[in-house]
Amino acid sequence: MDWKLTDDRPIWLQLTEQMTRRIITGVYPPGSRLPSVRELAAEAGVNPNTMQRSLAQLEQDGLAKADRTAGRMVTQDTAVLEAVRRSQARVVMEQYFHAMAELGYTPDEATALLKEEKL
Amino acid sequence: MSEQLIVCRGLSKAYGRKTALSGVDLEVGRGRIVGLLGPNGSGKTTLIKLMCGLLQPTTGEIEIGGLPVGVATKAQVSYLPDRMYFANWMRAVDLFDLFRDFYRDFDYEKAIAMCRSLGVEPQDRLKTMSKGMKEKVQLVLVMARKAQLYLLDEPIAGVDPAARDFILHTILTNYNEEGTVLISTHLISDIEKVLDEAIFLKTGKVMLHDTVDHIRETQGKSVDALFREIFRAQPLEGGEF
Repeated sequence: MDWKLTDDRPIWLQLTEQMTRRIITGVYPPGSRLPSVRELAAEAGVNPNTMQRSLAQLEQDGLAKADRTAGRMVTQDTAVLEAVRRSQARVVMEQYFHAMAELGYTPDEATALLKEEKL
Repeated sequence: MSEQLIVCRGLSKAYGRKTALSGVDLEVGRGRIVGLLGPNGSGKTTLIKLMCGLLQPTTGEIEIGGLPVGVATKAQVSYLPDRMYFANWMRAVDLFDLFRDFYRDFDYEKAIAMCRSLGVEPQDRLKTMSKGMKEKVQLVLVMARKAQLYLLDEPIAGVDPAARDFILHTILTNYNEEGTVLISTHLISDIEKVLDEAIFLKTGKVMLHDTVDHIRETQGKSVDALFREIFRAQPLEGGEF
């Protein structure tokens, strides 16, 4: 998975989002050790201080824990992981309904269409 | 150890009647990667040369790690000039020998390893190297020191974009963690991702000094875009492009 950084928003926010995605999709499995700040920074081609800030945010979000000896671990709390996954899913769904509304479909119609298409 | 690594107070430099820097007040902390950005002739190289003691200020003062610029600060400052100063008959390893003699913090083994990873054979003579390869050798000399302050004047101007990424990677993975790296350039989009802070110089004055993320947050655009906006070339005397 590559790092994609756009020009219009703070880099640390984008790094946080992409790290979050990696964690909830299991690129970094629950309970595993995260690469060091330096490794991650070098991989993404960003400043270590910037990466540090995004990892601090992951800790605050409960997705990662600092371990005194082993660096940083991904949380094993599946409830936290599921909650974050769900909130990201909600964003995707909102985007869908919003785009469908622009095409003139009510939420009910949009839901019905989705079911139809899937079958 | 003083809090700030670089402190400039009311720093001015004039070459004869031409003013290069005027009234620069600046503080830069430790462990930062800072971009010194400005169009041609804005005073970037002058400021860097003042920091490494190659020039004396006309007025004002400048301190590195709490000391006035001089012999003691030179031991802590690793400087990459904007031009080549090597003799052509030398090999990269000759330069490494020279640097090992000069600087206590020069890591010879690291220099050899960095050279190899940049695709330069340390035994080759500079005469046989391309401009880009010589620039890489020069960068290796500077980054193989364990300095407090790295002053890099246009380190990526002469190499191709792929090598540019590799050089930035080299800077990121090799700088000393308490050390600060000051990079002057006008190729902002290439280095924006690695910077903590940006300093904008315009006609010898500091226009802006802020963190890159804060600039993006408040301006909603990249530092590169902001730079283009601020420094959009103004045709002189109503002329046209």
